[in-house]
Amino acid sequence: MTKSRIFWGTLAPVAAILSSLIFVYIILTIRGVNPIDIFAEMVSYGFQPRNLVSELNQTIAYYMAGVAAAIGFKMLLFNIGIDGQYRMGAFFGAVVGAAVNLPPILHVTLIIITAMLAGGLWAAIAGYLKVRRGISEVISNIMLNFIAAAIIAFLLSEDLLGTLPEGSQNLQTRKIPLSGQMPTIKAFNGEIYSFLFVAIAVGIAYWVMLNKTVFGFNLRATGLSFRAARSSGVNAPGMIFITTILSGAIAGLVGIGTLLSDTHSYSMAFPAGYAFTGLALALLGRNHPVGIFFAAFLWSFLERTAPVLEFEGVPPEITIVMQGTIVLSIVVAYELVARVNLRQQQRAVGKVNAEASSLKESQ
Amino acid sequence: MVNILEVDGVEKKYPGVIANQGVSLHVREGSIHAIIGENGAGKSTLMKILYGLVRPDAGVIKVFDREVSLKSPQDAIALGIGMVHQHFKLADNATVLENVILGSEPSRFGFAIKFEEARKKLVEIAHTYQLDIDPDESISNLGVGERQRVEIAKVLFRGAKILILDEPTAVLVPQEVSELFTNLRELVNKGLTVLFISHKLDEVLAIADEITIMRQGTTVASRKPHDTNKKELAELMVGGELPRPKAGAQNISSKSILTIKGASYSRADGREILRGVNLDLHGGEILGLAGVEGNGQSELIELIMGLMRPSSGTVEVLGLNTVTTPTRDIRNAGVGYIPQDRQRDGLLMSAPLWENRILGHQFSQPMAKGIWVNKGSAAEDSKRVVAEFDVRTPGVNVLASALSGGNQQKFIVGRELSGDPHLIIAAQPTRGVDVGAQAIIWEQLMKARTRGAGILLISADLEELFSLSDRIAVIYGGSIVSILNPSTTTAEDLGLAMTGAISA
Repeated sequence: MTKSRIFWGTLAPVAAILSSLIFVYIILTIRGVNPIDIFAEMVSYGFQPRNLVSELNQTIAYYMAGVAAAIGFKMLLFNIGIDGQYRMGAFFGAVVGAAVNLPPILHVTLIIITAMLAGGLWAAIAGYLKVRRGISEVISNIMLNFIAAAIIAFLLSEDLLGTLPEGSQNLQTRKIPLSGQMPTIKAFNGEIYSFLFVAIAVGIAYWVMLNKTVFGFNLRATGLSFRAARSSGVNAPGMIFITTILSGAIAGLVGIGTLLSDTHSYSMAFPAGYAFTGLALALLGRNHPVGIFFAAFLWSFLERTAPVLEFEGVPPEITIVMQGTIVLSIVVAYELVARVNLRQQQRAVGKVNAEASSLKESQ
Repeated sequence: MVNILEVDGVEKKYPGVIANQGVSLHVREGSIHAIIGENGAGKSTLMKILYGLVRPDAGVIKVFDREVSLKSPQDAIALGIGMVHQHFKLADNATVLENVILGSEPSRFGFAIKFEEARKKLVEIAHTYQLDIDPDESISNLGVGERQRVEIAKVLFRGAKILILDEPTAVLVPQEVSELFTNLRELVNKGLTVLFISHKLDEVLAIADEITIMRQGTTVASRKPHDTNKKELAELMVGGELPRPKAGAQNISSKSILTIKGASYSRADGREILRGVNLDLHGGEILGLAGVEGNGQSELIELIMGLMRPSSGTVEVLGLNTVTTPTRDIRNAGVGYIPQDRQRDGLLMSAPLWENRILGHQFSQPMAKGIWVNKGSAAEDSKRVVAEFDVRTPGVNVLASALSGGNQQKFIVGRELSGDPHLIIAAQPTRGVDVGAQAIIWEQLMKARTRGAGILLISADLEELFSLSDRIAVIYGGSIVSILNPSTTTAEDLGLAMTGAISA
């Protein structure tokens, strides 16, 4: 059973990536370049040690966004608010981290908890609006993304929480002292954020929580059928609220790897767009922590290797086309796989039915 | 009269499964022809073949003596075959007229819908076949019976001469069933032909001109209603003697396990759904709750399960006040709940059976161990349920949605009876299930009663109510209007009480 589950689970993403490759192959051929050469170039560039490190660091952030989206998906929540939650998490993590002086491990832990709290509480607004007022979390989260950006921009002014270091144009929070920084792992001519281990731990915790605990069962049950969960004794609206907060708390960690191992302060230069990426990665990774990890790596890889295309005279936007077609085909592929799977099971059930009937007959 | 529809030697095989084999069916024009059979006997496959949804591997289908090949529902409609599905396909926020014309709108230049023309045609159809429908009423205001009439009108609007009705009475209450039968009679009087799929023998005997019985994918016999009886039909369907529950020795305890005192409930819009309901259920007793659907049964169940709060009055389950006790604690105290809508309230359709076994039991041993779900015991106990309740499945890793309705229901009943609950709320426990599954479910409910459990049996099946209940309470307009003794009450008395004609 597990073997066939792994087969069915990987079939769809592999098919989606293949069909996207074929699509890009055609586009590149039309442009008059040799697609195989380009693919080979991208792979060899992407697997250079130095690039691998930077891809891995980007993977960490994408991974957190993907897991945050996946928790939401399990509850049929479309957490498009990951952007705002991540900003809130990174910003308040940076502010609190810079404001205190604690022993190293405690200091880092405090920053991580602050980030999760900030992300979670920010998401709680959307959760409250959904559960109590019936407002779609998509609408409220899009608005909350703007509001979060505005609040942070306001708080980053020099007379409040921001500073403008000499020679910089970029308003930022004060530097987190050394005790609140996370070390990097020196490898492959680069530095890997040690936040990687936190990310892996979050992935494992997510999986265990979801598949092994009663809480996770209730969460999945509510996502699968609100009414059935409620009838079974689950406080279904409460579960939706808590899940929103959990998703936001994980989203709060998206920028923490960069913050603690690289920049040590939050600035307006922290990138946007993690929500869409996170949702796409959760979809591609089938809400599974391992799947999301590979998806996040694939995304980072594609983005890192996009410049290669430019050398060959091909617009680097091809990578975006590739990402887009992957997401598009994955939706189709999952639906197909799910149908085939169900049909197979129904067939197996039919067999049993037929056997049972003939047994009854012969008695 | 001639045969309007002839099916001969039709066969449909899926890998490993013979859905139809050697199916023959001769339907006379202007008759009501019933097809009966257990779940999985091949009725649905045959109907899908006739409606062009499934293509047979072999066999001949003749419509009006002409051999036809049905490749799609469009082909079927063009030949005058229309299907009224069991689950209505209507848009709630549109009017009756809009729903009827949807998909076959009479239009000018392909875009301007000729509403007046359509309305005229619909009114004419309604008048000819005496279907009581208002073209401008919104579907959301209609009851189940009325919605079904709209579905019938929809099919007639498309020029159907042969109407296939897939278990049309499964969703209806007795009064609506008799209305439907009047309508069907009117249709055949006007020359149409009706194919009526069912597994309710009483109804088939009452309405059909001819009955074809299916078993294991094939047609086993045809009978005229006046030449046969229920017993023979049931035997043809199951291929053996029909098991019947034996009323076990009465062992009603003095302890009340469910006490409802003056419970009222009003919806947010002020509509009073329940008015001062008083009920009392003892251990070892089956209390039937009879009533036309929509008279407050669903709300009463929700009050008992702590899913809703009464506006006034109290509901006490096993000594717990359900107003202040969350549903999970009510369940934990030993309450089994078989919901009336099994797929929406009773199952996680896209989850495997073993996870469905946990549902409703996830807050206590043995399905949970502290904060952890106990997969081992869930899988093991699922296997027990599958064996004890004859759930036809290759294993417990199969998704609930892969099972047929009757097997899903057997699984739910098995789950809800595990752990020997003190109180069982059984809402329509055998609705839509075949005779074999019904017998198993009845037997198990009786067993639970014998061991001392109290059962509140909410059912629209009078036979079920009469053969299982120790007492029958009748709910009408949100009140309990009478409490009857099943051994001295006739079905007629009950019917009168259910329609509010008499009260206690």
